[in-house]
Amino acid sequence: MTDADIALRVEGLNTQIHVGSDWHDVVRDVSFSIRPRETLALVGESGCGKSMTALSVMGLLPPKVARIGAGRIVVDGIDLVAADEATRENMRGDRLGMIFQEPMTSLNPVLPIGFQVGEALMRHRGLSRRQARQKARELLELVRVPAAAERLDAYPHQFSGGMRQRVMIALALACSPKVLIADEPTTALDVTIQAQVLALIADLQEKEGLAVLLITHNLGVVASVADRVIVMYGGDVVESAPVGAFFARPTHPYSEALLAAMPRVDSDGGLEPIPGQVPTLTAMPKGCRFATRCALRTDACAELPPLAPVGGDPEHVARCWVRRDS
Amino acid sequence: MIRFVIKRLLLAIPTLWAVLTTVFLLVRVVPGDPTIVILGDQASAAARAELREKLGLAKPILAQYVDFMGQILTGDLGRSLATNRPIVDDVAAVLPYTIELTIASLIVGAVIGIPLGVWAAQSRDGFADWFARLFSLAGVSFPAFVSAILLLIVFAVELRWFPVISAPRTDALSERLAALVLPSLNLGLLMVAYVTRVTRSGMLKALGEDYTRTARSKGLAQRTIVWRHAFPNVLVPVVTVVGLYLGVLIGNAVLTEIVFNRPGIGKLIVTALNQRDYTLLQGLMVVSAFAIVVANILTDLTYGLVDPRVKTP
Amino acid sequence: MTQTPNTAARRAMRTPGLLLGVVLTVAMIAAALAAPWIAPFDPNEQDVLAILAAPDATHLLGADAFGRDVLSRILWGARISLYVGFLSTLAGVVAGTTVGVVAGYYGGLVDRIVVAATDVLLSFPQLIMGLLLVAVLGASIGNLVLAIAVTAAPAFIRMARGSTLAMRERDFVDACRSLGYSDLRIMFFHILPNILDELVVMASLWLASAIRTESTLAFIGLSVPPPTATWGGIVRDGFDNLLDGPWLALFPSLAILVVMIGLNLIGDGLRDATDPKGAQ
Repeated sequence: MTDADIALRVEGLNTQIHVGSDWHDVVRDVSFSIRPRETLALVGESGCGKSMTALSVMGLLPPKVARIGAGRIVVDGIDLVAADEATRENMRGDRLGMIFQEPMTSLNPVLPIGFQVGEALMRHRGLSRRQARQKARELLELVRVPAAAERLDAYPHQFSGGMRQRVMIALALACSPKVLIADEPTTALDVTIQAQVLALIADLQEKEGLAVLLITHNLGVVASVADRVIVMYGGDVVESAPVGAFFARPTHPYSEALLAAMPRVDSDGGLEPIPGQVPTLTAMPKGCRFATRCALRTDACAELPPLAPVGGDPEHVARCWVRRDS
Repeated sequence: MIRFVIKRLLLAIPTLWAVLTTVFLLVRVVPGDPTIVILGDQASAAARAELREKLGLAKPILAQYVDFMGQILTGDLGRSLATNRPIVDDVAAVLPYTIELTIASLIVGAVIGIPLGVWAAQSRDGFADWFARLFSLAGVSFPAFVSAILLLIVFAVELRWFPVISAPRTDALSERLAALVLPSLNLGLLMVAYVTRVTRSGMLKALGEDYTRTARSKGLAQRTIVWRHAFPNVLVPVVTVVGLYLGVLIGNAVLTEIVFNRPGIGKLIVTALNQRDYTLLQGLMVVSAFAIVVANILTDLTYGLVDPRVKTP
Repeated sequence: MTQTPNTAARRAMRTPGLLLGVVLTVAMIAAALAAPWIAPFDPNEQDVLAILAAPDATHLLGADAFGRDVLSRILWGARISLYVGFLSTLAGVVAGTTVGVVAGYYGGLVDRIVVAATDVLLSFPQLIMGLLLVAVLGASIGNLVLAIAVTAAPAFIRMARGSTLAMRERDFVDACRSLGYSDLRIMFFHILPNILDELVVMASLWLASAIRTESTLAFIGLSVPPPTATWGGIVRDGFDNLLDGPWLALFPSLAILVVMIGLNLIGDGLRDATDPKGAQ
């Protein structure tokens, strides 16, 4: 792959948060790249570092509490980690858009919808208030908000959860970004609405050529929309694979456990919860971070395994001493 | 919005009725004989009976209540015991001064308190934050008459920048404003304290909300995020606290007027107390309770302006 | 609510403001208690040669228009001001909390009447209400305490009722009932301890408010009759001679200010220390 057909490239990302008096890694050496029209799913339990990865890319880490320790985040040839804050500000909302988990609280309750959707255009494209309003109407129509023209002056509390998430999508796409980061975009929604919102994102992705970074813990969502899957555990990437290969041959013991814990229509067996708990940040094991809960643990696991190809497929890698190709 | 206004006004009627009834009861049901309080315990029985008649206390209590309510409904507060002038006239003559003072101090409170609170919230535990905390601690700690006296000692007695007596001698605007500076600063200090506190904590909350993160994700500048996105959400608690403390403000306006020797409801209250002018006092209670009810209505109507959830349910 | 008193106490110790507040308040209380021994003069002793004297070696804080020693009057005045403040806050807290807990616990008609009455009382400015009561009842220590307690009670009724309502929804109250505990026992041994944190914080802020109200009433001339010294009264005496001796009003004002700042520091500090949200 050349840089030209890559929308977002993350290399060796390391993100840390401040606990007590120390900085602890919550994201370790994460690398991936996404092409236009491609969807990459970041999967894992809460606290695995997937949301921190998304916030790092977006430059929205809470200041003083979290920071990027190392790595490169490249969009449009610009390394966001090395760039100054003004450059990052210019990129946010323009080349990068983000939608969040909670549509109920992510929109400002005291500002009209039309203004919130069009605001990024005034900021990045120098549109006047009237022009932005016109464009906001088109955007709301694009995300299929009914009677968009009349609802420009409505406030968030007058919308349902599903409609608000559509508004959020319109807001994130206002400046036609290259990359859309969707952090659990459907978790807070009803199942039927979930499907609609996912279909909408897929549709817009096709139209606008978006690269989508999808953060989710829902493997059903992954199966239906993702092209590639990255599984994270304790801040590490433990497996990365094309979506077909992942569901056909989940290789890392944690990925297996995740799939076993997922309800399926085609199996009559019971669900298997993953035994044990994620170690706390301050008590992370030195080597493989899943070792404390892993049935296949060996002495080698005290050493952190590298990401290595599994099943003879160079696109399918896992971080496991036991399962790696020998 | 109009329906909201009408509904709010209708809601005020029972409150007003209850408040007036309370004034009526307080003045009559409390233990002790008001004629003794007024005339002293040396007064003759005849003098006391005469006063009782004059106050309308000789009638059965229910009849007194009907009289009292009937008078108020027709905009009559009775006549002063001491001067026999209609109380409404006395009140009307000084009310503009008290209203002027209250509004001026509200402006002082907002103009200093809001920026101070916003500034403090952005440098949590930094210099601005400590400064704002000290300032608001001073604001809530000073009894109004103490701060008034300190202002008077510094600016009128020692520095001689302002007159010691803040009663405007003429109606000229400059004169009125000069007479207003120290009193409204004094009264405003308390408002600054409350407004700073609530703005600071409201800003801290708003800046941590999801919608602020959304605003940041648009690439907006910090200044835009603070003033356009976070600040309007702080207006609701600010209006609440201003409304809540309007009562305190009115109480303190009384003291400020006394210390600065300004005409107003406060001075009238003191006059009534000194002359044991029972009916004037009752009338003033009605007026101040009425003022609070009006202030509460205005607060609720302001919600309609600053919070779309009220305006468009 | 769920934190142990221990962590709250430890956080309290880390708040320098709280410590300073305690020092200021305790110092003032100690001075008031020790007034008979440490006051250089009888507070009502008139020294005609010292009328309106500026602060000097004899009269450290000067003497007023009757030649009375201002320092001695401030020390003796502290006794009345603090006594009225403490007693009226105590009365307001006890009465308000009792009514609030009972109303919140039983609900129904009692509750609705209490809420309505509280709303009406709260619609009077606190100071105006106190002023009216003292004016009608007559100025004496007992009436001052009563009047100030009445102005303080509604806030405590509202708080106690609200907390009790929230508490009543919790499982442990049901559990207590099913164990056959009496209502009284549930209210005072199970509900009350849970709102104690909030009660203490509010009480310390209201104590400041009560002392302020007392001194304000005295300043207007509605407190124990002269010549007995109270802080507000001493300020008033000084204020009447402001141009002849600004210090006469200044020093008693500072005394009031010290207690106000001390109590407000305690109240704010306690609130920060007991607020679980402040833990972050």
